[in-house]
Amino acid sequence: MSNFFNKSDLTRKDADTIVSDTLKNCDDGELYLEESKSESILLDDNKIKSSNYSSDLGFGLRAISDEVVAYSYSNEISKDSLKSSSDNLKSTLKSIKGIYNHEIPKSNKKFYEDINPIEQKTLNSKLEVLNKVNEFLRKKDGSVKQVTASFLGEQKSIEIIRSGGESLIDVRPLIRFNISVMLEKNGRKETGVYGIGGRQSYDDYLKNENWKNVCEEAFRIASVNLESKPAPAGEMKVVLGPGWPAILIHEAIGHGLEGDFNRKKTSAFYDLMGQKVASEGVTIVDDGTIDNRRGSLTIDDEGTPTERTVLIENGILKNFMQDRHNARLMNTRSTGSGRRENYRHVVLPRMRNTMMLSGKQTQDEMIKSVDKGIFAVSFGGGQVDITSGKFVFNCTEAYEINNGKIGSSIKGATLIGDGPSILKEVSMVGNDMMLDPGIGTCGKAGQGVPVGVAQPSILIDKMTVGGTKI
Amino acid sequence: MIKDQEFLKSKASYCLDLAKKMGATDSSVTLGHSISETVNFRNKSLEASDRSDGLALSIEIYIGKKRSSISSSNLLDENIKTLIEKCFETTKITPEDEFNSLPDKSLLAEKINNLNLYDQTRFENDKKINYLKELEESAYALEKIVNTESSFTENRSNFILANSDGFCNGYKTSSFTASCVTVAKDENSMERDYEFTSKRHLSDIKKPKDLGKKAAEQTIKKLSPNKIGSEKINLIFDTRIAKGMLSAFASAITASAIARGTSFLKDKIDQQVFSKSVNIIDKPDMIKGMGSQSFDSEGVKSKTVNLVKGGILKNYLVDTYNGKKLNLQSNGRSGGTTNLYFENGKISFEELLKNSSKSLYIKETIGHGSNIVTGDYSVGATGFLVENGQFKYPVSEITIAGNFKDMFKNIILANDLEFEYSVNSPTMMIEGMTVAGK
Repeated sequence: MSNFFNKSDLTRKDADTIVSDTLKNCDDGELYLEESKSESILLDDNKIKSSNYSSDLGFGLRAISDEVVAYSYSNEISKDSLKSSSDNLKSTLKSIKGIYNHEIPKSNKKFYEDINPIEQKTLNSKLEVLNKVNEFLRKKDGSVKQVTASFLGEQKSIEIIRSGGESLIDVRPLIRFNISVMLEKNGRKETGVYGIGGRQSYDDYLKNENWKNVCEEAFRIASVNLESKPAPAGEMKVVLGPGWPAILIHEAIGHGLEGDFNRKKTSAFYDLMGQKVASEGVTIVDDGTIDNRRGSLTIDDEGTPTERTVLIENGILKNFMQDRHNARLMNTRSTGSGRRENYRHVVLPRMRNTMMLSGKQTQDEMIKSVDKGIFAVSFGGGQVDITSGKFVFNCTEAYEINNGKIGSSIKGATLIGDGPSILKEVSMVGNDMMLDPGIGTCGKAGQGVPVGVAQPSILIDKMTVGGTKI
Repeated sequence: MIKDQEFLKSKASYCLDLAKKMGATDSSVTLGHSISETVNFRNKSLEASDRSDGLALSIEIYIGKKRSSISSSNLLDENIKTLIEKCFETTKITPEDEFNSLPDKSLLAEKINNLNLYDQTRFENDKKINYLKELEESAYALEKIVNTESSFTENRSNFILANSDGFCNGYKTSSFTASCVTVAKDENSMERDYEFTSKRHLSDIKKPKDLGKKAAEQTIKKLSPNKIGSEKINLIFDTRIAKGMLSAFASAITASAIARGTSFLKDKIDQQVFSKSVNIIDKPDMIKGMGSQSFDSEGVKSKTVNLVKGGILKNYLVDTYNGKKLNLQSNGRSGGTTNLYFENGKISFEELLKNSSKSLYIKETIGHGSNIVTGDYSVGATGFLVENGQFKYPVSEITIAGNFKDMFKNIILANDLEFEYSVNSPTMMIEGMTVAGK
């Protein structure tokens, strides 16, 4: 755990005094202190291309009065610096008369350990794994023309100091191991990407030569794409595989259920609480409490313990995801969803691990029921327009379905749909819910935060597939 | 106050000296300081203010052909020392790479061009508030607008780049950015659109009234959209989408993508890649340019480069490391393009609209559908159906798809280029792309 005060002229007592003074007459706010250490090691083009180590330290002071949020950050932790931030906030929030909300829930549960994954494994042993990956893939098949492999490791320590001196702390490990392989055959090039990660040590992911499985999967995806044909264009049935394709839920539904967009009435869901927004049998939760997952948090970035928030239950909209600010303005409570990329950013309500729960059908039944459609197994990035509800995502592995049978693989097509109506088109929910491998980063308002997704196989009756073949 | 060159220079030489003392054969350091102040408005009242004050340091250490790097925001001497020690130890065990080196000394910039990139005018938060008030009032004046959000950001930065070959240079830049997002609603749909302005000098930004009005008008036009059928059709790309095509092109011609073989434009130098009328230029020395620079992120002097001439690919974007791999000299593009643009085409915007009896005008795309390995392009889109030069009705929930190799060869450009951003394009038509709808 970091001690933010031992190398600074700022004492803990000074900080308490400045925070309490700044937040007097404010509705909420806090001092957020953060220290992060991170490394990235990249093998590319047969070589260790880069090894970077980075350390970052800073604070953000936030004061909230009614609907106004004033924020100031600096990466110099000193008495002067905190004071000038405080002055800046006071100059924005003139003539305020709020009552500070001291209430913040407590929990003893922790969802990951206080470890520093970077220090747990020597640099040499990491370089060794990357070199093995490169050799393994290049030996595997002559079509392998490029291999990129990387380790990303991070440890982030935070402390939240609230008015009155209450302090909340968390230490968050995070790692990611990623492989990208490019194949070339008959003049055609295709790439396959696969990765794993979470809030654990590298060894938890790489024991028993698990890196080989990651190689095999990246290679398999690239091989499938080498044989792919142009994708069809138009409206058709779509079967989504389990796990990572739940990015559909994240984009189509998740963002629209974040508190800020609904308070501001810019989300297509803002007036649908308690109403049917999905087919029966569709239940979606956002869960920050799963051990060691990429999107899990012991406490959020405002100090609220995370929880398992039911968003949609059997088709009915039940809850939005809230941070303290939006919750207060909407007369509800925080769901522990207040997150920020780092001390440079303000807190926003964000997703953690967003999951559609299992139903009763099998993937086989779904495929057999489709005359003409596609089976999407994996996706690249997605995006949503919150207001119109339209969302897209790009297939990185998909197949045609003809007369109830899986046919040839198809080229990276974009799927487009309408968030508020897509879940009403779900006609089968599989019994095979799976978590994603731990690779997701969600972007919102210029801030990236690690997230997870999960879902079973599902059948969507009508979606537009953006291929080139009419 | 923004830290001055003297402060940054003294820290930089502290880093270089320390690295040398430890045994580094070469090193380079970048130090930057940036202060930005933002005010956010929503529905005509103050929503948030945000002040950021950040220092950033990054150091690269070479031991012969071994290299590694560190970065930090903590500029205390004690912390810098710990990091450089760590970096040195890491470098020792990092494998050699024959292409690792500082840039060729003869290519380094000798002087800073006076490009007028810094405006010292302060725009106090009260003034930002007045600007945003006026902006949102003009947006709200239009019927059907139900929500507005806007922001004003004032940014000042200073930086220094120094290396063990004696290069030590940097300069201040500023930017003033205002943006407006509006939401409109009617009985059939709710739509969102935006407009923004960003300039080096305060006096050059758009008038708040015009910005708000334009955002609102664009949003209202999108209401009650239709979905259209799947077909091959000519697409007209609004300038804000057309410039995205240029960015995709730029990422496909970086020396790194070419050296790794992961670009569909590998081995295409001196070949016809675009239609014959297309010229693409990257010009670093534009006065007040948003992408202007005197040298690139390695200190190499940046000159104007003709990337595409008469549709023929003439140059890649070359940095030192990948340049050595490809046997090419750096052209000062480590860190990418500067002010990148398509030269104007021959016909007017109106003529472009009338070019075919039926076309689809693309105003917005969503999704990350550009694959620079294969050239495949597929994104979600919204826009307008155009018939005989007239905008007919808004269209949404469609995708457009094609392959850059074919798309680039079928580009027709209008003559309405304006230099607003660091990447700029006139309105563009591409013939025969696939739209997927109903």
